[in-house]
Amino acid sequence: MDLVLDIVLLSLLLTTAVAIAWTRDLFSAAMLAGIYGLLSASFFMTMGAVDVAFTEAAVGAGISPLLILATLALCGRKQRSDRKRALLALGLVATVGALLVAATLDMPAFGDPTAPAQTHVAPRYIQDSMAEIGIPNIVTSVLASYRAYDTLGEVVVIFTAGLGVLSLLLGMRGARETGTALQAIPRQHLVLRMAAKVLIPPILVYALYVQFHGEYGPGGGFQAGVIFAVGFILYALVFGLDAVRRVAGNGLVQFLAALGVLIYGSVGLLGMATGKNFLDYSALAGDPVSGQHIGIIVIELGVGITVAAVMMLVFYLFSEQLQDRNDAPEQLSPGRAG
Amino acid sequence: MLSHLPILQVILPLVAAPSCMLIRRSSLVWFFSLLVSAGALVVSVLLLQQVIDSGPISYRLGGWEAPWGIEYRIDLLNAWVLLVVTGLGTAVIAAARQSVQREMDDLRQTLFYTLYLLCFAGLLGIVATGDVFNVFVFLEISSLATYALIALGRDRRSLWAAFQYLIMGTIGATFILIGIGFLYMMTGTLNMADLALRLPELGSSSTVLAAFAFIVVGVCLKLALFPLHMWLPNAYAFAPSIVTAFLAATATKVALYLLVRFIVTVFGIDFSLTSLPLQSLFIGLGLVGVFVASVVAIYQVDIKRMLAYSSVAQIGYMVVGIGISSVVAMQATLLHLFNHALMKGGLFLALAGLVYRLGSSRIDAFNGLGRTMPWTMAAIVIGGISLIGMPLTVGFVSKWYLITAAIESDMWLVALLVVLGSLIAAIYVWRLVEAGYFRQAPAGGDVTVGEAPLSLLVPTWILIGANIYFGIDTRLPVEVTGAVAQYLLGGIQ
Repeated sequence: MDLVLDIVLLSLLLTTAVAIAWTRDLFSAAMLAGIYGLLSASFFMTMGAVDVAFTEAAVGAGISPLLILATLALCGRKQRSDRKRALLALGLVATVGALLVAATLDMPAFGDPTAPAQTHVAPRYIQDSMAEIGIPNIVTSVLASYRAYDTLGEVVVIFTAGLGVLSLLLGMRGARETGTALQAIPRQHLVLRMAAKVLIPPILVYALYVQFHGEYGPGGGFQAGVIFAVGFILYALVFGLDAVRRVAGNGLVQFLAALGVLIYGSVGLLGMATGKNFLDYSALAGDPVSGQHIGIIVIELGVGITVAAVMMLVFYLFSEQLQDRNDAPEQLSPGRAG
Repeated sequence: MLSHLPILQVILPLVAAPSCMLIRRSSLVWFFSLLVSAGALVVSVLLLQQVIDSGPISYRLGGWEAPWGIEYRIDLLNAWVLLVVTGLGTAVIAAARQSVQREMDDLRQTLFYTLYLLCFAGLLGIVATGDVFNVFVFLEISSLATYALIALGRDRRSLWAAFQYLIMGTIGATFILIGIGFLYMMTGTLNMADLALRLPELGSSSTVLAAFAFIVVGVCLKLALFPLHMWLPNAYAFAPSIVTAFLAATATKVALYLLVRFIVTVFGIDFSLTSLPLQSLFIGLGLVGVFVASVVAIYQVDIKRMLAYSSVAQIGYMVVGIGISSVVAMQATLLHLFNHALMKGGLFLALAGLVYRLGSSRIDAFNGLGRTMPWTMAAIVIGGISLIGMPLTVGFVSKWYLITAAIESDMWLVALLVVLGSLIAAIYVWRLVEAGYFRQAPAGGDVTVGEAPLSLLVPTWILIGANIYFGIDTRLPVEVTGAVAQYLLGGIQ
C-alpha cells in the first residue's frame, strides 16, 4: 500500500515539475506550483514527517502561490523563451540529477532502523526529551530548544526577506499611503463577501490553535504565522487593501516583524542573564522543565509574530504596486490574479 | 561575560538589526550600527587573544552539549577570520554615512543599515559556528541581505545584478544544503567535529563523495571562483559604493574560510585531496582565473568593475594556495585573505569618495584626479601598488609566501605564473595612475570638485595605512596565520 502511494505521489510530483518547466503560461505555472506544494506535503505525510508536511502545505501550497500570483499581476503571465539557455539549463539539470542518483547508491534504505540518522543523535531526542523538556512533540523540542539557535536564524531569514522586499518596493511608483491600490470587490458579489466573512474568524482561531498547540501536536510559530497572515490577506482580497490596513497598517506590520525577532532574541539573552548560556531556558522558572516550557512558548510567539507580519508586509507591498499597472490593458488584472 | 564571547560576536549585530527598525532615524541608526560593529571588533580581538592563550573555545548554545545541540567553536582559523571581518566591517561602516546619504533616498537609509547589520551578523555566524546546518542558516541570512543591499544601487542595472546573484547564490546555497543533508544521512550528525570523527569510517562511499562535490561547488559559487564568478562583476559594479567595499572586503573572505573549513576540518585534508583531483583543479582554475580576470580587468571602463575582476583574480591566488596544500601555501592563502581585504576595502572606499564627488567611477572621471582629489588618488595608487604586490606593501607579503610555497613544492611553473599575474595587475593599475596624474581634467569641467569628505577619507586611509604598516611590520599577520596553517595542516606534513 505504501509503495503504491509512493509511486503515485512521486509520479504526480514528477509530472507537475515537468509541466511547470514546460508551460509558457506563468499563470498555470503558479497554479501548478501550488499543486506541487500540496503533493510534496502529502509525500512528507507518507514519510511520517507531519510537521514538515504541515509547513509545506501552509507555505508551499498556501502563501507562496498567492505571492507568485501577486507578482504575475504586476509583470504579466507570458514567459519569454530562450532556446539556447534552455539547453544549457537542461544540461546542468541532467548533470546534477546524475550526481544525485549516484549519491543514492550507498544510502541507507528509508526507515532502516540501523541507519546513522536513527542511531546517533536521535535516540536521545526520543528517549530523554520528555524528561529534559517535558513536551510530547519531539520535533518542537528539537526545533525550539535543542536547536533553538537555528530556529532563531530562520526567523531572522524571514525578517531579512521581508526587509529585502521593503527596500526594493518602498516608495516605488504605485505605492501611496492612502491610495486605493487593491480595490474591494463590488458589493453584488455577495457569495464571495459572505464566504470570506464566515471563513476569516475560524482561520484566525485555527492559527492561534496551531500556535499554542505546537508543543502537543504538529504546528508552531511558522505555520501559525502563515495561517494568521492568510486570514488578513483574504480580508484584503475581498474588502480591499485599505480596509485591512485600517486594522494593521504598514508601520505596525514593520514594527511587529522586528518585534518578533527581538522577543526571540531577548529570551536568549534572558538565559544569559540568569547565568546560563544563550537560549538556555532552564533557569527561566523554578525547575528546569517548566523553564524550558515557558521559553518555548515565548520564542514560538516571537516566531509567529514575525512570520505573520512579514507575510502581510510582503503582500501589502506587492498589492500597492497593482494600481498603476491596471491601466495597461494586456496585463493580467488583479481580479483574475487573486 | 568573557565566557559568552563566542555568542556575543554574532548575537550583538543580530539583535541590533531589528532594533534599528525601532530607532528609525537614519543618523542615529548609523551611529548605533557603528557602535555595534566596533563592539563586535572588540569581541573578536578578545576572542583571538583567548584562543592564542588557551586554545579552542567551545560554547554550547541553549546549554545542550554537541552533537545534540549547536556548538560554537572558535579556533585559530575562525578567530583570525572573525577579526578580519569585524575589522573591515567596522572601517566600512565608519565611512558609510555620507556616501549612503548621497546614494540613497531618506526612506531607505534605515533599511540599509538594518540590512548591513544582518549581513554582518550572517557572515560572522557562518564563521563562528561549529555546526554545518547552522552554517546554512547564517549563509541564508547574509545572502538575502546581500541581494537586497546590491539592489539598493542607484543604477537600475543593480536590480538585474542582484537578481543574477540571487539565482546563482541560491543554487550555491541549495547545493550546500543538499551536501549537508547527505552528510547527516550518512553520519547522523551535523556537528563539524563529530563529522570529522565519523566521516573517515565511511571511506569513500558515493553518498559522501556526492556530498563533498555539492558542498565544494556550492561554496565555490559563493566564493566566485573562476568560472563560477559570473555574478560578481555586475554585483560589485552596480551595488552602492559602500556595499561594494563591504562585500569585497568580507563576503568572499568568508566563502574562502568556508571552503578551507569543509576541506580541512570536516572532510579532512587527506580525503579532500585523494577523493577528487582537487589539487590540480584548484591550482588550474585558480591560475586560469588569475589570468583571464586580470586581462579582462585591463579592458574595463568602469573602475568598480575593473577592481571586481581584479577580485576574481585575487581569489584565484588564494585558491592556488589551498591547491598546493602545504603549510606555507595555506599560510599564504590566509595571509592573502587578510591582505586582500585591506587592499580592496581601502580601494573601494576610495572609489566611494570618488563617486561621492563626481557621481561616476568611470576611467574618464580619473582624469586630473591627482590635482583635484590628491588624497583619494594617492590612496588608490598605494592600494594599487599593494594589489600588484610591490615590496613594503601587504600584497608583497602574501605573494612572497605563495611563491615560496610553490617553489618548496617544486611547482616552478606555478611560481612563475604567479609573478606573471602580478605584472598584468601592474597594467591595469597603471591605467589609473596615467589618468590621474598625466591627463588633464576636462576643460570647462566642474572646477569646484574638491577632496572627498573627511568621514570617507579617514577610514580609507586607515585601511591604506594598514596596507603599508602590515607590509613593513608583518609580525601580527604572519605569526597568526603561521600558527593557523600549522594547526590546520601541521599534523600531516
